[in-house]
Amino acid sequence: MQLFWTFLKIGLFSIGGGYAIIPLIQEQVVHQQGWLSEKVFADIITISQMTPGPIAVNTSTFVGMQINGVLGAVVATIGCILGGCVISISLYQFFQQHQESIYVAAALKSLKASSVGLIMSAGFTILLLTFFGTSELSSGLLAHFDWQSALLFGVALVILRKFKPNPIVLMCLAGFIGFLIY
Amino acid sequence: MTKLKLYSWLAGINLFISAFTFGGGYVVVPMIRKYYVEKKALFTNDELMEMAAVAQSSPGAIAINLSVLAGKKVAGMLGVLISAICSIIPPLVILGLISNWYAAFAANQTIMAILKGMQACVTALIIDIVIDMYQLIREERSSLLNALVPLAFIANVFFNLNVIYILFISIGICLVHTYAQQRKEV
Repeated sequence: MQLFWTFLKIGLFSIGGGYAIIPLIQEQVVHQQGWLSEKVFADIITISQMTPGPIAVNTSTFVGMQINGVLGAVVATIGCILGGCVISISLYQFFQQHQESIYVAAALKSLKASSVGLIMSAGFTILLLTFFGTSELSSGLLAHFDWQSALLFGVALVILRKFKPNPIVLMCLAGFIGFLIY
Repeated sequence: MTKLKLYSWLAGINLFISAFTFGGGYVVVPMIRKYYVEKKALFTNDELMEMAAVAQSSPGAIAINLSVLAGKKVAGMLGVLISAICSIIPPLVILGLISNWYAAFAANQTIMAILKGMQACVTALIIDIVIDMYQLIREERSSLLNALVPLAFIANVFFNLNVIYILFISIGICLVHTYAQQRKEV
């Protein structure tokens, strides 16, 4: 039950997604509940980046698993996604129902525009990570330029723009090339 | 498409997409576009952008929120349930399996190499969809909306402004703008 509440809270307060919410999870799971040590938490973040699925979901699964086995994992994960699902559905319904209102329409348009900007910044962060192996902006950045990854990225982007292939096939292909070159 | 076929397609596609959500969740947006918009024409690019905006503005993982919204759009509440369950199964299973020997997994060179290749591809996927989405915004022919995209980007990347402030501020700006325009017309 404690697991469920903690992850419901994490889910509810993690606006922005991705890497931004790591400190929040850390605060709850490591400092407040003491379920994991700093070391194990750092490992989980590494694992979460390596396995599919959103980081919050992965962390909740992992923590739940460590504490209470499969049941714990399921409970923690459901807690984690419940708030977001309910809120996003209600918010979407609200926008649908009030489409005629010019103010609601304006609000939705502004959200669309700024969320494109935010997806752009997520793209920028992962671009830095791909090109330089770090997402921190610093002066020594260029020294770590990884031309192989940059090339792979460039080729993948050109293929995407030109041929619109199946993204999953392209990802498998890129994984295979990674296996060959790194 | 019959109901049953739609449900099983939805289940399958969510399992599939979720199993390939590397790199923080945003890659779900191009995936949903590929399967729901381009292949099945279940909704339009513009509707996808609305859903992505709402998923982004709500708490929780954008990947899950977006899958659930897409599920709702194509198959109602049952679609929500199917999408939610199917998109958490792959991470649950995979993490469940590796949680016992994760240290060995994290140190494995082969896995690292494959993931590095995939990461380059995820980056390309996200940049690709950002280009397309920005073009859609430009089609609105509103200089205010056009400006919001780079502003949100700069505020987030260079000033580390919290996402929630960015969203609220941009809503505020647009509401004031709409109000001013209304006044002018009256």
